[in-house]
Amino acid sequence: MSLLDYFKTSKASSASLAKERLQILVAHERSSRNQPSYLPQLQKELLEVIRKYINVEQDAISVNFEQNDTQETLELNIVLPDHQPKHPN
Amino acid sequence: MARIIVVTSGKGGVGKTTTSAAIAMGLAKRGHKTAVIDFDVGLRNLDLIMGCERRVVYDFVNVINGEATLNQALIRDKNCNQLYILPASQTRDKDALSQEGVGKILDELKKDFKYIVCDSPAGIEKGAHLAMYFADDAFIVTNPEVSSVRDSDRMLGILSSKSRRAEQNEEPIKEYLLLSRYSPDRVKLGEMLSVDDVQEILSLHLLGVIPESKSVLNASNSGMPVILDEKSDAGQAYADIVARYLGENRPHRFIDDKQGLFGKLFGRK
Repeated sequence: MSLLDYFKTSKASSASLAKERLQILVAHERSSRNQPSYLPQLQKELLEVIRKYINVEQDAISVNFEQNDTQETLELNIVLPDHQPKHPN
Repeated sequence: MARIIVVTSGKGGVGKTTTSAAIAMGLAKRGHKTAVIDFDVGLRNLDLIMGCERRVVYDFVNVINGEATLNQALIRDKNCNQLYILPASQTRDKDALSQEGVGKILDELKKDFKYIVCDSPAGIEKGAHLAMYFADDAFIVTNPEVSSVRDSDRMLGILSSKSRRAEQNEEPIKEYLLLSRYSPDRVKLGEMLSVDDVQEILSLHLLGVIPESKSVLNASNSGMPVILDEKSDAGQAYADIVARYLGENRPHRFIDDKQGLFGKLFGRK
């Protein structure tokens, strides 16, 4: 890339870069907005319990809360490691 | 029926007080009896922008505490007899405003006024919360800039969950976008988020665009709401905003690059 191209692209894209970053951020913040406030704590404690028995990574668990007019859904996802170590006891 | 308008943004310095002063004056000038309230307790400034700083005797907190009546605290505007200002207190007591006290004052104002404009402080603390809590309409003042847009979205979340209308399951607050400090030429160069970008991100009804303008500083320097500067672009933008809010159909004049001499000379409808 020539020097000229560098200036051209960086100049033209700062607003579109801002838009892209904002779209991602706002979508993320909106999705977490309607979640109950206990969710992070719940996730942390669930992880602790699971780790007593299975050696999973910090990010192996995801807790999603969804809400529509008629019902609320709490979805819990745990990704188990490929080779499950034996039960500690 | 009186309507309570909150002018809010989350972020500071985007033009909330300028906007509150301008739209309150605009509504009053059109014959609607209007009160404008400064909710920024401890950092009073609406009085300066309205040019009545030397006439403040009693304030919002005095009325809440029963140290003065509402009529004693309300300052009649020197340019428009339909407009009254309720200044904020300069106390450093963070808990000077109570939900009950604010509710009572607003109920009293509603009997006498058509529009009550609540100038919110920046942030999401108590003052900002109380400014929006009783609102019927929210004017979200946003600059075409990442932190302002993000904070506006955050305010939208708060409006839809923490307001009286939300708590009592009433019809939600009507939300309007006011995009201020807009520079069409910088948008054209790709240096600034466009109106469409901001609307796409926030999905809000656009009430108007206020162009970046020297007239805003001139107005605050002299303590005259910028809407009174009828020749200025920002003044005209606010006049359009008031008209649109009242249901008139006005084309947006300040979204595109300079309209050229013709547009400038004959732009006013």
